[in-house]
Amino acid sequence: MSASLKLSSLALGMSARVKDFPRTGNTFIRLREMGLLPGTTVTFIRAAPLGDPLEFKLRGYHLTLRREEAEQITIEA
Amino acid sequence: MSQLPPHITATGKKRPASAERTPVYALVGNPNCGKSTLFNALTGLKQKVGNYPGVTVEKKIGETYSQHGKPIKIIDLPGAYSLAARSPDEAVTRDVLLGRRTDTPQPDRILCIVDATNLERNLYLVHQILDLGRPVILVVNMMDLAKVSGLEVRIGRLEQELGIPVIACEAVNGKGIVDLKLAMSRVDLPLARHSWDVPAAVASAVAELQASLTDNDRRPPLVARAEALLLLTDFDTVRVAGSTPLSGKTTEILAHWQRHWEGEGTDWAGSLVASRYDAIAGLCSGIVQQAGVTGPSASDKIDAVVIHPLWGWLVLGGVMTLLFLSIFTFAEIPMNWIDGHIAALATWVKDVMAPGDLRDLLTDGVISGVGGVLVFLPQILILFFFIGLLENTGYMARAAFIMDRLMSRVGLNGKSFIPLLSSYACAIPGIMATRTIEDPKDRLVTILVAPLMSCSARLPVYLLMIAALLPGDAVPVLTKVGIMLLMYVIGTVGAFGFAWLFKRTLLKGAPPMMIMELPPYRLPRLRDVLFQMTERAGLFLKRAGTIILGISIVLWFLTAYPKHPVPDATATQQIAHSFAGRAGHLIEPLIKPLGFDWRVGIGLITSFAAREVFVSSMGVIFGVEGSGDQTTPLRDALRHATWPGGAALFTPLVCLTLMVYYVFAMQCVSTVAVVKRETNGWKWPLFQIAYMTGTAWVVCFIIYQTGHALGY
Repeated sequence: MSASLKLSSLALGMSARVKDFPRTGNTFIRLREMGLLPGTTVTFIRAAPLGDPLEFKLRGYHLTLRREEAEQITIEA
Repeated sequence: MSQLPPHITATGKKRPASAERTPVYALVGNPNCGKSTLFNALTGLKQKVGNYPGVTVEKKIGETYSQHGKPIKIIDLPGAYSLAARSPDEAVTRDVLLGRRTDTPQPDRILCIVDATNLERNLYLVHQILDLGRPVILVVNMMDLAKVSGLEVRIGRLEQELGIPVIACEAVNGKGIVDLKLAMSRVDLPLARHSWDVPAAVASAVAELQASLTDNDRRPPLVARAEALLLLTDFDTVRVAGSTPLSGKTTEILAHWQRHWEGEGTDWAGSLVASRYDAIAGLCSGIVQQAGVTGPSASDKIDAVVIHPLWGWLVLGGVMTLLFLSIFTFAEIPMNWIDGHIAALATWVKDVMAPGDLRDLLTDGVISGVGGVLVFLPQILILFFFIGLLENTGYMARAAFIMDRLMSRVGLNGKSFIPLLSSYACAIPGIMATRTIEDPKDRLVTILVAPLMSCSARLPVYLLMIAALLPGDAVPVLTKVGIMLLMYVIGTVGAFGFAWLFKRTLLKGAPPMMIMELPPYRLPRLRDVLFQMTERAGLFLKRAGTIILGISIVLWFLTAYPKHPVPDATATQQIAHSFAGRAGHLIEPLIKPLGFDWRVGIGLITSFAAREVFVSSMGVIFGVEGSGDQTTPLRDALRHATWPGGAALFTPLVCLTLMVYYVFAMQCVSTVAVVKRETNGWKWPLFQIAYMTGTAWVVCFIIYQTGHALGY
């Protein structure tokens, strides 16, 4: 039984579809409102020079996210 | 309150009215979609900026004219990603649109502006706004950028689907403005064709909330439904002062349903958001077409360098260097020019007026005090311009992205970086730049520690002390730079240390979110950046100006009275005899443990007007006439100054201690004035004075006493 893939483990330049992530908390509701929903396709663009935060591309724009948040978002293999 | 404006009937036809009031439009949109550019293009310079009472959010109202020449009022609401507010800015936008603010009437019509290059996310806010049932005009901006990236947006089709006027725009070029004004001038605007299915799980909750909002909160029917839907995504809702709270019954119903769903495990908020996006995706599928496969955009290519693990640092360093160069070198010429003119003005007044108190008040109080601040105006203008440029091009977001990891070590967010960096030049633009920080606690902490970043006004003090400290005439450049750098480092460490402390104790809060959009790079119109610069500088002058004038007069009074009994007393004798002199004596016991005497005490007091006043005060106290740029005569005077017993006053240790005092102590009345404005009260500025000056005393005490004990 493999553990679910996390958004934070997505390779540079690769895309994936979001599977699920926490339903409560300001951060996660805001993420949904910004268009990051289960089923959305996301591309990992880069990490900041110091390693955190991370930059993703979705729905035609670029969004930053902390690694600890990306670790709670699962993606489809 | 009826659902439609009084002069429009239910079918959208205009009711003949004897006198119509000016229609009020609200301009709303996501951040970074060119809303300000559009607002400027529509209103020109006919804008009024203020604050929403009780909140530190900017209120911008402007006026434009319909094609018939009738005035139209436009409120530029703060940028928002959603009406479910996560920041005070968004809370104000939500409250004004829902009619919850008693100081701002609900707008008649709404202008929604969206970015053509990422329509889906932009349409989320529009989707929420359409729930309100108000007439809406949709402006699709940045059509030029869409075309460049091969994106085709079918405006006509969009207009058909939504049933409201849709105008294509390139606000930065002025294209589409005429069509927009035409649409805004229309007497009857159709209401949107907007129906979407609320997910079954939440439908009954929505109905109940809607009923309660109508009955208990007296909301008009459509607003009640819109608000009911909002309340269900409004986690930990941000409430700001000035907005009418919900009735108890409604809050009760909401809480009951939330508990119910939590027990069931229903994703109520998420399902609402998802169903909106489903509707939007359906809409966009027929509207937006991407022509072929596109390579990396210009923005992507720039970012490859700007956020590169190596080059990114060089770019950041370059930006920082440019910032400081502009402050210290480019500003020099205008500063000297202003300085010269102020001196000339003072001389003219001296020649023209009869000697006496009124003349002294004018020259030494008003002109010298206000003039001292005006001299810094070029620096402040340059800073505002620079910060505006960084914001509008999109680089600011990249700087926050790069520095976030370091900032979060002290509990702050990358967005604090540029405000703190600017404070190295002058804390005032830095503090005003904290408006981009959404979380009120983070914003407050940044404001509280910003003055610890050694500003340029401290430089004259450092330079004087370094000259007095080191033996001989010529000061080796390396030593000078080294000591100054030490002061900067101490200040920076202090700032970050206190930020960490405040975030842990006083202003404890959740670690800030770093969910931020990196907008594509854009070349702003020079006109807009200059306008923004003058607007901010004007605000500063207006607010701080009155306080500075007041304090300058008070300080002049304190140094000029009571008059020395001998009519031809020297300035030195006068100041020793004055209230300021007495105050200096009064605080001497307090500052003696730091190695300072009453004369230094006077300098500390007068520095409250502006830090660099210390140098001229020392000049007066030690009887050195008009030293100007030459510190040599003053330096010599300081070196020869002694305590009553004969011991030297300005020993190297004391010079060092004095410099450190200036690193930490809160002086500069202009900064206090700005902090008061930005925090809406006296509580925080007073706290800032207390903690900074207190720290200065303690640190200096330690330095002086330890040094003294070691025999220095």
